[in-house]
Amino acid sequence: MIKSKIRKYHAPVWDEPLVMQMGKAGRRGAIAPVTEGAIASAVGPAIDLIPASMRRLNVLDLPELSEFEVQRHYLHLSQQTLGMMGISLFGTCTMKYNPRVNERIVYQPFVSEVHPHQDPSTMQGILEVVNRFDHLLRKLSGLDKFVFQAGGGADAAYTQACITRAYHASRGELAQRNEIITTAQAHPCNPATAAAAGFKIITLALEDDGYPSVESLRSVVSERTAALMVNNPDDIGIYNPKIKEWVDIVHEAGGLCFYDHANFNGVMTRIRAADIGFDACMYMLHKTFGGPKGGGGPAVGAYGCNEKLIPFLPGPIVETNKDGSFYLRDSNPNGVARIREFLGNIPTVIRAYSWTRSMGIEGLRDAANISVLANNYMEKRLLEIPGVTKGMPDVKGRRLEMTRYSLGELTDQTGVSCIDIQNRMTDFGVDAYWLSHEPWFIPEPFTPEAGELWSVEDIDYWIDVLETVCTEARTNPEIVKTAPHNQVVHKQNSTNLSDPQKWATTWRAYKRKYAVTD
Amino acid sequence: MSKDGNALPTPHPFMANTAPGSFQEMLRVAKVNDIEELFEQIPQDHKFTGEWNFDSAIPSEASLYKHLTGILRKNRSGEENLNFLGAGCWQHYVPAICDEMVTRTEFLTPVWGTPSSDHGRNQVWFEFQSQIGELVGMEFVGLPLYSFGTAGGHAIRMAARITGRNKVIVPRSLDPERLAVFKTYCGFKELSGYIEIVYVNLDPKTGRIDLMDMKSKLSSDVAAVYFDNPNYLGVIESEAKELVALAKTVGAEVIVGVDPISLGVLTPPSEYGADIIVGTTQPLGVHMNAGGGAGGFIATRDDEKYAREFPTLQVSLTGTSVPGEMAFGLTLFEQSSYGSREHGKDWTGNSVYLWTVANATYMSLLGPTGFKEIGNTILQRSHYAAKQLADISGIKITWGSGYFKEFVVNFDGTKKSVATINKALLEKNIFGGKDLSLDFPELGQSALYCVTEIHTLEDIQNLVSAIKEVIK
Repeated sequence: MIKSKIRKYHAPVWDEPLVMQMGKAGRRGAIAPVTEGAIASAVGPAIDLIPASMRRLNVLDLPELSEFEVQRHYLHLSQQTLGMMGISLFGTCTMKYNPRVNERIVYQPFVSEVHPHQDPSTMQGILEVVNRFDHLLRKLSGLDKFVFQAGGGADAAYTQACITRAYHASRGELAQRNEIITTAQAHPCNPATAAAAGFKIITLALEDDGYPSVESLRSVVSERTAALMVNNPDDIGIYNPKIKEWVDIVHEAGGLCFYDHANFNGVMTRIRAADIGFDACMYMLHKTFGGPKGGGGPAVGAYGCNEKLIPFLPGPIVETNKDGSFYLRDSNPNGVARIREFLGNIPTVIRAYSWTRSMGIEGLRDAANISVLANNYMEKRLLEIPGVTKGMPDVKGRRLEMTRYSLGELTDQTGVSCIDIQNRMTDFGVDAYWLSHEPWFIPEPFTPEAGELWSVEDIDYWIDVLETVCTEARTNPEIVKTAPHNQVVHKQNSTNLSDPQKWATTWRAYKRKYAVTD
Repeated sequence: MSKDGNALPTPHPFMANTAPGSFQEMLRVAKVNDIEELFEQIPQDHKFTGEWNFDSAIPSEASLYKHLTGILRKNRSGEENLNFLGAGCWQHYVPAICDEMVTRTEFLTPVWGTPSSDHGRNQVWFEFQSQIGELVGMEFVGLPLYSFGTAGGHAIRMAARITGRNKVIVPRSLDPERLAVFKTYCGFKELSGYIEIVYVNLDPKTGRIDLMDMKSKLSSDVAAVYFDNPNYLGVIESEAKELVALAKTVGAEVIVGVDPISLGVLTPPSEYGADIIVGTTQPLGVHMNAGGGAGGFIATRDDEKYAREFPTLQVSLTGTSVPGEMAFGLTLFEQSSYGSREHGKDWTGNSVYLWTVANATYMSLLGPTGFKEIGNTILQRSHYAAKQLADISGIKITWGSGYFKEFVVNFDGTKKSVATINKALLEKNIFGGKDLSLDFPELGQSALYCVTEIHTLEDIQNLVSAIKEVIK
C-alpha cells in the first residue's frame, strides 16, 4: 500500500549539444602563461626546439569556447545527471553520504599538490593518515597489514591473484598450483582477474541452501589449488555458514583464502576476516567507507593480509620508524612489485579515514544494524507488491544488508521487464536500481540495498514508486515499456551499439560513419 | 546502547535513522524483537566478541576537520615549494573550472544510472573519448584505466592476443614504476598468458632507442614493440617512424605511450604508424594527489581487430526512440569481465571515471590554440632551465636537445651525489629532480628535471642560484 504522496518530477532538459559542436573559431577558454622575453630570446622559437620529424603539422580539431561557455556546458551536463539527487538504493554498491568536508580537505594543496616522489620527510601527514587507517582496518579485520594501491575492488582482487602467484612461486609450487576456485555468486572480478593473472578458474554452482556445498568444494580442491576467492554474504543476502570449513579445506590443500568483502556493510563489527581464517581480504573504501564513487572511481580496494602474505605486498609500503615518523619501503624482490603506479588514490584513503573516525566503532555498529534492519523492513513491504518475489525463496532465515528480488511474475503477466521498470522509476526522480551481476540466476532481477544513509521516509518513497510503476505495468503497460518520459532523453536505441559499422566511441568516428560535416 | 537502539549516544549526521523512533518503527514492521535476530544466518563462533580499542568517534565536522588538517598540514607541497619532480606524475596548472566540475555532487557521488538519467555524465565520457581521440589521431577510445602503466600493461596483453605471440620489446629507458606494472601484467612463465619482456638499449649519445639494437631484438615471435614518446628520460624519439617500420617487418604491433599535453606541438603517434596508443590523463586537469591523480587511456583505429580486444567499457553515440535525439550507450559490453567473467578480455571495474570530467573540461578550455600554446611555453621554459643549468660548472645536460618537458641533469662534475644535492635543495624549499642514480647507474649521478608552464623565469633563476650554492 502506497504510503507517500508521489511528487511531480522532471529531469532538466537542456538539449545540450556535444562540446565538439559548440563554439566559434578563435575563441579561447584558457591562456597558457606567456614565456618571458628573456626566456624566448635565449632559446628561440619553440618550434625549433622540436626535432623536425616530430613537429605536429595539422591543427587539432578541438572545440573553441570561452571559459564561461565551457563552464556552462559542463554545468548543464551535471544537471542532466540524476546522480543520487533522488534516492539511490543501488545494491552491491552501498550508496552512502560522502561527507562534503572531505572534499574541502583533499582539495587543499597539502594533499592535492603533493608529488608521489617527494622525500618521505615532506609527506608525513599523508603517510600518517595511511598508517592510522591501516591500523583501523587491522582492528576491523583481524589481519596484519593493509595497502591501498589497488584502484578499486577489481584491482584488489587482481592484487590477490598476483600475490597468490608470487607466494606459490616463492615455494616453487606455481607450475603445479594453477587453479583458483570461486563461486558463481562471487563478483565477476574474482574469476576475471585470476584468469588475467594466468590461473585456470573453477566456478562452483549454487545449491539449494544458496551457496555451493562443502562436498562440491572438496571435489575440486587438490594439490593444484592456488587459492579460493569468495564473497560472503553474497549479493542475494545469503551468508555461507560453512565458510570456516571451506577455509580449512583449502588451507589443508595448501591454497590461500581471499575474502572479497564487497558486502561488508551488514557484517561490519560482527565478523572479522582473520577470525574466520582468511589470509587476506578487501574492503571498498568508495563504498563501505564513505568515499565517493565518482561514477566509477577513482576508488580504492584496500587490500589486507596476514603475516604470511606481507612479504609479497606491492610497494611502496608505509612503515614506521623507531621515532614514530614514517618511511616508504619498496616491495621485496620476490613480492609483487606494483599493481599500479605509486601509493594509490590517496584522497580517497583520507576520505575513508575521515568517515571512519566520524563514525567510530559505535557508528559502524549502528550502520551495520540499520543496513540489515532496513533491508528486512523493505522485504516486508516489497513482498506485498503483486508480482515481486524474493530471490531463492526457499532459503530461510533473515537476509543481511541486501536481497535480490525477481520481477519475473510481473513480466510473465504484463510483458514489462525489469529494465522497463528501472527506466520508468527514473521518471519519478528515483535513481536506477542494480539488476544482477552475470550470470543471472533469478529472472528479471533487481537488487536494492538501503544501507544506513536513507531515512525510513526515503525507503518508503522508493517502494511507493516501485509499487506505482508495478501497478502501471498492469493498467497501462505501454507507459512503462516506452519509459522514460520525464528524463533528460528518451529510451536509448541500443541496436547500433554492437554493429561495427555503426558504433562510434569518438566524434571523429561518428562523423565519418554518418557523413556528418561540421 | 541508547534507548533508540543506537550504539552511538546521539543521532549521527550521516544516518537519518539514528534519530529517535525510526529504528523502532522498522523493528516493528519487520517483526523483529531484537536486532540480533537479523544476524541469525551467522554462526555464533564466527562473531567477534573481543574488545575493539578503536579510536573514539568524532561526529562533529568542526572537530573532524581540525583533526584531519592537523595531521595533513605536516605535508609540504608543490604549491609552497618549487617542484621539479616529474617522472610519471607532473605538476601542471589545474584550471579552477576543472575542480568545480569534479566536485559537483552529481558527478562525484553516484555510481550508475540509466542511459537517460545519466545522460549528462555519459556525454562527458563521450566527449572525453572524442577529445583524446582527436589529440592522438585515433577513432576508437575506451573509458579510462587506473593509470598510464596499467593502460600499457593491458595494451601489451591486447597485442599478445591479437598476434598470438608472447614477447614484448620495451626500451631500457622505461619508467621503473611503469615497468614494474608491466611486469605484473606480463605474468609468470609457469602460468598461461605469460609474456616475455625483452629490453632494447638506448643509444647513449642520443638517449633514443638504438635502432641497430632494436633490429637485433626483433623476431617473428614478437607480439609488440612498446615505447614512450617522449621517453621517460625526456627525450623525443625522433626516429619513431623508423622504429615502427622495423617492428612492422616482423608483424609486431606497435604501442606508443604519450603525454597528451605534448600533442599540441608533437606529432601524434597515429601519424607515424602506431597501432595502439596509450597514455596518462593526469596532466589534463587533474592534481597530482600524491600519485592519486593517475589515470590512463587506450586508443586505436576503429577496427574490429583492436576494438574486440579492449578490456575497458566504452560509450558510443547512438539515438533514442525520438528521431534526432542523442543518447549514449555501452558498446562491446559483453566482452568485458562484467559481461563474460573469466572469458572476458582481462578485466575492468571501478576505474578513474571521475577524472574524465576534469579531462574533458580541460581539453575544452584549451582547444587547439591552447594546446599549441602550452606546448610552446613548456618547450621554451624547459630548454631555458636546461641551458641555465648547463652553464654551471660541473653540471651537464646529458642530452642537450630533443626533449619536451623533462631532461636529465648530470652532477658528476660536482663530486656530489644527487641525494646530497636534493637534500640541500629541500632546505631551500626546492624539490630537486628525480634521482636516477639507482635505477640508471650508467647515467652516473643524474636527476630527471621536469619544467612545465608553472615555472616562471624567476623560479628557474631561483633553482639555478640554489644549485650553485649547494654544489659549492
